[in-house]
Amino acid sequence: MAKKVAIKVENVGMKFNLSADKVDNIKEYFIRLIKRNITYKEFWALKDVTFSINKGDRVAILGYNGAGKSTLLKVICGVLKPTEGHVKTNGRIVPLLELGAGFDPQYTGAENIYLYGAVLGYTKEFIDSKYDDIVEFSELGDFIHMPVKNYSSGMRARLGFSIASVVDPEILILDEVLSVGDVMFRKKSLRHINQMMSEGVTVLFVSHSVAQMRKICNKGLFLDCGTVKFFGDLEDAIELYESDEQYLMSRKNRRRARRKQRRLERLQAEKQEGGTNQ
Amino acid sequence: MANKLHIIANFKKYKYLLSQLIIKEIKLKYRRSYLGIVWTLIEPLLTMIVLTVVFSAFLGRDGIADGLPFPVYILAGRLLYAFFSGSTKGAMKSVRTSARMIKKVYIPKYMYPLSSILANFLTFLISLIVLVGVAIVMKVQPTWWMLGTIIPIIQLLIMCVGMGLLLATISVFFRDFEYLWGVALMLIMYTCAIFYETSRLGESAWILEINPVYAVIKNFRNCICGVGFDAPSMIYATVFGVVTLILGVVLFYKKQDEFILHL
Repeated sequence: MAKKVAIKVENVGMKFNLSADKVDNIKEYFIRLIKRNITYKEFWALKDVTFSINKGDRVAILGYNGAGKSTLLKVICGVLKPTEGHVKTNGRIVPLLELGAGFDPQYTGAENIYLYGAVLGYTKEFIDSKYDDIVEFSELGDFIHMPVKNYSSGMRARLGFSIASVVDPEILILDEVLSVGDVMFRKKSLRHINQMMSEGVTVLFVSHSVAQMRKICNKGLFLDCGTVKFFGDLEDAIELYESDEQYLMSRKNRRRARRKQRRLERLQAEKQEGGTNQ
Repeated sequence: MANKLHIIANFKKYKYLLSQLIIKEIKLKYRRSYLGIVWTLIEPLLTMIVLTVVFSAFLGRDGIADGLPFPVYILAGRLLYAFFSGSTKGAMKSVRTSARMIKKVYIPKYMYPLSSILANFLTFLISLIVLVGVAIVMKVQPTWWMLGTIIPIIQLLIMCVGMGLLLATISVFFRDFEYLWGVALMLIMYTCAIFYETSRLGESAWILEINPVYAVIKNFRNCICGVGFDAPSMIYATVFGVVTLILGVVLFYKKQDEFILHL
């Protein structure tokens, strides 16, 4: 069986313009334009990222906070347009970047099922046919007819996950979403993902829990400061990530100790100055 | 060409979403009010009564304005203006208020302003029932010209989509525009001749002629009282509508990928 490529990411770079103060009114804009004072600090959240994922692969994305994991996922779903390079996807993507992001808080759960289904690009007939499964999977019972704003965050997460998983995605993107919900639901979700995996769904998974990664994924992608440091076997990626983490921790600790030392010295200096003034 | 086909295919895919967003806007607008959608009928009727009472006493006339009974005259102007102001305001805010969604899931971005405009259009069409009712009560003579009202309505819709896309794009980058547009709308309202006759302005009536919404209202009223179209304002409204539509679409498409960075 020839393996088909599900996601192909080519030389993707994502640049953000960070300005110290956000200019969003005309007065400010023109004053700065005249003074030639519109300065931006460029920040590349992703730089020259290239990889391709085969159909049926479950890829864990590892990296520290701010390494560009979420940005990468957003670029793949099409929420962000990359500054350079391009992304090709093959198959229907269901993103779960943040559970319940497409929900309207004033709408009831039932109405949100249709709204969110439409957001994902499904037809009314399709959602009609899946509606019962979604409600059943979410275990919300009568709460399904209550406005979502009255839901607890766990309930909202359950509804979001139920919709995303019942609608047969071909590519499922999960961004730290399995950490919500109670133990029972989490187990059920994992079981469901496992079942979808046997049907050949491609998964992109971001989490800080190595245990969950081992349960779901077979490949690992290690991102650091916006570049791919490693892409391949999951265990190798985890090993690299953990060893690197230790390195960073120790370096950070050293830096912290130095900063503390400096602060102490400064305090002492000030005290002495204050003493001489009096 | 391939790009165009892609856009059309994409639109087909999200057709259901568009209808969902329109329904959502209307549903949420009237949720928790006892009369619900009936308000689209009552509200214009009440304002019509208020305006008629206030301004006919003020004018002290025979109750006929440009060949139409005063209530019909007012209602025609007010309904069209309310649609214009409501839809442009809604479209302008639509992108900002959907920021949460734009940041998390991909859907074509024009869906937000377009659904807001179409939701307003739908309630506007419903509220036209009031106009028909009042016209019957006031015994306006029916003519074939009344079918012609559809043309000014389409002109106004095009204008609203164009302006809505323009304003939605600009206000993402400059939030000031939400306030500025409020002031501009007030100017547009007073130059729409909603509750006075244009002949009363005398020399300065030309001010009204540069208001494209007034051009639409004028033809709409002309159709109701069976006078027929006024050619200059007809051309003006069409040209203005098409130009704003093109400008709006071009600007929106050029800038839509930057929205997310400014929300």
